[in-house]
Amino acid sequence: MSKPKVGVFGLAGCGGCQLEILNLEDELIDFISAVDIVHFTEAITEHSDTYDIALIEGSVSTKHDLERLEHIASVAKIIIAIGACSSSGGLNCLKNLYGTEKAKELVYGDKKDWIDAIDTKPIDAFVKVDYHARGCPPTRAEIVDVVKSLIMGKVPEIPDYPVCIECKRLGNICVYETGGTCMGPVARAGCNARCPSANSGCEACRGPVDDPNINAQKDLLDRYGLTVEDIMEGFNLYNACKKIEQKNK
Amino acid sequence: MATNLNIEVTPISRVEGHGDLVLDVKNQRIEKLQFRIPESPRFFEAMLVGKKYTEPSHITSRICGICSVAHTFASIRATEAALGVELNDQILKLRKLTNHGEMIQSNCLHVYFLAAPDFLGVGSVVPLLKTHPAVVQIAVNMKKVANEMVRVVGGRAIHPITTVVGGFTKLPSVEGLLKLKDMLNALYADLETSLAVLKTLKLPDFERETEYICITDDQDYALYSGDLMSSDGWKINNQDYLTKIHEKVVQHSTGKHCWASRDAYMVGALSRINNNYARLSDNAKRYAEEFGLKPPCYNTFMINIAQFVEIVHCVDDSIRLIDELLEAGLDNDRAMVAVEPKAGRGVGIVEAPRGALIHDYTYDADGRIIKANLIIPTNMNYANVEKDLNQLVPAIIDKSEDEIRLGCEMLIRAYDPCISCSTHFLNVTLINK
Repeated sequence: MSKPKVGVFGLAGCGGCQLEILNLEDELIDFISAVDIVHFTEAITEHSDTYDIALIEGSVSTKHDLERLEHIASVAKIIIAIGACSSSGGLNCLKNLYGTEKAKELVYGDKKDWIDAIDTKPIDAFVKVDYHARGCPPTRAEIVDVVKSLIMGKVPEIPDYPVCIECKRLGNICVYETGGTCMGPVARAGCNARCPSANSGCEACRGPVDDPNINAQKDLLDRYGLTVEDIMEGFNLYNACKKIEQKNK
Repeated sequence: MATNLNIEVTPISRVEGHGDLVLDVKNQRIEKLQFRIPESPRFFEAMLVGKKYTEPSHITSRICGICSVAHTFASIRATEAALGVELNDQILKLRKLTNHGEMIQSNCLHVYFLAAPDFLGVGSVVPLLKTHPAVVQIAVNMKKVANEMVRVVGGRAIHPITTVVGGFTKLPSVEGLLKLKDMLNALYADLETSLAVLKTLKLPDFERETEYICITDDQDYALYSGDLMSSDGWKINNQDYLTKIHEKVVQHSTGKHCWASRDAYMVGALSRINNNYARLSDNAKRYAEEFGLKPPCYNTFMINIAQFVEIVHCVDDSIRLIDELLEAGLDNDRAMVAVEPKAGRGVGIVEAPRGALIHDYTYDADGRIIKANLIIPTNMNYANVEKDLNQLVPAIIDKSEDEIRLGCEMLIRAYDPCISCSTHFLNVTLINK
């Protein structure tokens, strides 16, 4: 089988997911040898408009982002969303919560009409996404796994169990026991409980599991004398788009 | 030689983010030269409004994956200044160590992966795998050590977790720090090899004197904290930055333009070396001398060399910090200090790899943000980039279109612009020579 042609693209985001590819360290040389990277603005000058797989970071936040996304989708056979912004809208959705027009005025004042900005949305609001490597940022291993699986013709395994399972496996002390708050009971695992392992509550940067056990989360909050509001601020950091979407249903 | 020229570079590659250059030359005169930022604006100053004091560092870290540590610390320092938090020595040293890690990560990425291909005459790091495998191996290894520094102390190589207002949620282990020290010591051989390779590169001979701005400190080569200073002769507290730093919205860019004493200024590694050379480690000074880099240096392309010299300094200083931390003994009881919300304004200025980074927050009595102002180093450099290009283009106008395009791109890349910060980045449109 010939090497698949891969394009790496960034819409509205921090560049961190693309950076995680450059951060592959020992695996970097193997990775860029196993695939034919034909487009990666952050790292290479050469660029081609022929690719099989598109790795897309960032959400759609401008009309220009949308035009680029639609073009990429018209070329690529497989689209992989990398990171929270691309998968769920991520942190960029905080701007929607504040109000896009209001945000333009606050930051650019009377020059706001010069600025192209629309409500932020994840890329699957516009195009079919084949796989998601979630998280802010996704783990490097996950990005490699998704691409490797595709090359080998397998379906990549994306965890659908909560972060609590990973904490139990690691023997972590529960963040609630130390006085913090945590989305672990409902948040999608796959990060090896990175934040709770550093004594910091999970903020569900990978979104919720498909069928979250909301009662378990509520029981836990009750037990520690907390309310849903106490954790929603953390949840909104990466999942505001989901919240707005549910409200509009 | 053509008298009219139309060149478009869309987007300029090997920069972090998304930017375009439009150049219109008629009868060998520049009619129009604009460095445009069509990057999607992300409105962080709006996102922060109403957020509790524990959240801004997590949010603003996501402004930029490459300088997430600098954003984290500028944010934390602004909050701590507003809330009047007093830190201990252990916290300060661990923060400086994390910051050094990112400085090495980012400078290494720029020098080896993004800029070096220009000077070695190729389009990216990929062909270097065949022509200069040893250099690529060094770069990958150095990046790995730097990532490990941020991971061991910050909990993750980008978007650190343990670094919070008031200190650290978790301290690194003694074993972790000892391993880091070994890894750092092993970098010296790589630095020597790199020195030999980098000395062979021919940097363009281009000079334009400008105003150089960075933070400064009597004891340290200031990267984590210090007063804001200018080569034009002023020095002010962080809190007073608005008396000197001004910004305006320009139509061709989502990134605002800045000015201070003159109509443009430079921030970043060359400004730091120009203003704070005396506080570099002796070893870093020796490397600077090998390249003939001494203040004042007015060659923009020397930013690449200044970044390399800073890698040497950060390796030296990180080993010193680890030794001091281990000698004093890591103390979990001093990982955090108490933090209480209160109303007030605070400013944190940190040297991000690309230059001074300013976070300015005003809090209400509940510890929620009323107003936030962020000034990003790449924005500060925009006006200076345009001034440089205005001098560079007439000097190379006799060259081929491809050479002019590459010359402009290389100059812009030298600044290591990080456009996702300003919110993204690069197209060169040359219209008519």
